[in-house]
Amino acid sequence: MRCDFADSLLQGYFDGELSNRSAVEFERHLQHCVHCGSELVDLGLLRDTLHLAQLYEPASGSLRRKIGARLHATEPTIAPTKPFHWHWVAAAATLLFMVIVVWRLSPALHSDDYQAELAGEIVDAHVRSLQPDHTNGIASNDVSVVKTWLDGRAGFGVPVHNFANDGFALQGGRVDVIEGRAVAVLVYERNLHPINVFIWRSREPDTSLRTGSRQGFQWVDWRNSKMEFCAVSDAGLLDLEQLHKLIDSSG
Amino acid sequence: MLMRSHVRERIVSELRLEERMRIEQVVLPHVDAAFNLAHWLVRGRADAEEIAQEALMRASRLRGFQGESPRAWVLQIVRNACYTWLEKNRPMELNIEFDEELHMQVSATPETLAIVGDGRGRLILALETLPPRLREALVLRELEGCSYKEIAAITSIPVGAIMTSLSRARRYLHSVLANSSQGACP
Repeated sequence: MRCDFADSLLQGYFDGELSNRSAVEFERHLQHCVHCGSELVDLGLLRDTLHLAQLYEPASGSLRRKIGARLHATEPTIAPTKPFHWHWVAAAATLLFMVIVVWRLSPALHSDDYQAELAGEIVDAHVRSLQPDHTNGIASNDVSVVKTWLDGRAGFGVPVHNFANDGFALQGGRVDVIEGRAVAVLVYERNLHPINVFIWRSREPDTSLRTGSRQGFQWVDWRNSKMEFCAVSDAGLLDLEQLHKLIDSSG
Repeated sequence: MLMRSHVRERIVSELRLEERMRIEQVVLPHVDAAFNLAHWLVRGRADAEEIAQEALMRASRLRGFQGESPRAWVLQIVRNACYTWLEKNRPMELNIEFDEELHMQVSATPETLAIVGDGRGRLILALETLPPRLREALVLRELEGCSYKEIAAITSIPVGAIMTSLSRARRYLHSVLANSSQGACP
């Protein structure tokens, strides 16, 4: 019959893993527990037998050499990442900076791409405005009403005119967001074709008329008096050019 | 920029030194322990060599050693590699419940005793027939001289359960030796 302590305290005592206090207590128990005393002797015999049998299996010389060679051949984990060449980053940053400076200083170099991108965005806005439920503006042919409505929202004095006598009837106005900024839009109608004239403030010098087409829509763009205008429509280019002249001459 | 490059070079070189030191101090001193544990867990020299080698390479790449005992950390990696290998190659072995009497019958038959011959052979056979979880506790304690705390770290088994495993394994080995000596000297 085994003692209750045989699986716990006895093993701990035999292996020298008990605290001093527990060891003293267990020794007190040993004085009158024959089972534990006898098992302790057996444990000692077994340990001696195991040690005498030399069961420890050390690594062979060849394994040791193999592991040593592989471990020493291993590059540190940092090594696979090639050394970081800061001077290349510096050179790249300088180059990028110069490109940006040149880009900013010479609009002619990028105006085509820029204009195409901008025109794309404006044409998209024009297409959105043609949707039946597009109601983010004011419908009125009264210049002062439209101007009051627009000035407050666009944040600048929008040149609003009604050219109904010349065949470009003012329909109203609205505010769109182009390139992240609020843009005033005047809506005209020419022979049942809606024309959107997008107007925003610009610091760029005045330009003559630039034209293009996108998605079947014609656009004309110009800058005058620190403002940029872009008229978009499915009306013909001649109509847009005429509207440009009317707006420009009205100041 | 040149300064930063210089600083980085220094850090890389320090890391290399640290890695080299980790290999020298943490991994290399425990090649024997790694092989011994692998040998007793998978019971085959070639497999044990391969497992120990890969586990040590893995240990050299890991930066996770933060404990008190580098040996326990390395042996934990070796032990896990052995169990992965056993699950793949001998899954039944991990599921066998230890039955002391049944094991006694198998390992102490006259035929077995005749095959294994001397006391050392019997001891090896008895050790090999123990389930891996009892065997590893005994190998780590008696052959490797690990403390209970180290064994718990290596095996992720609580100290109480380790004491029980040790007790069962020791009792079984003692019985095998006692029986075989009776068989050898009728």
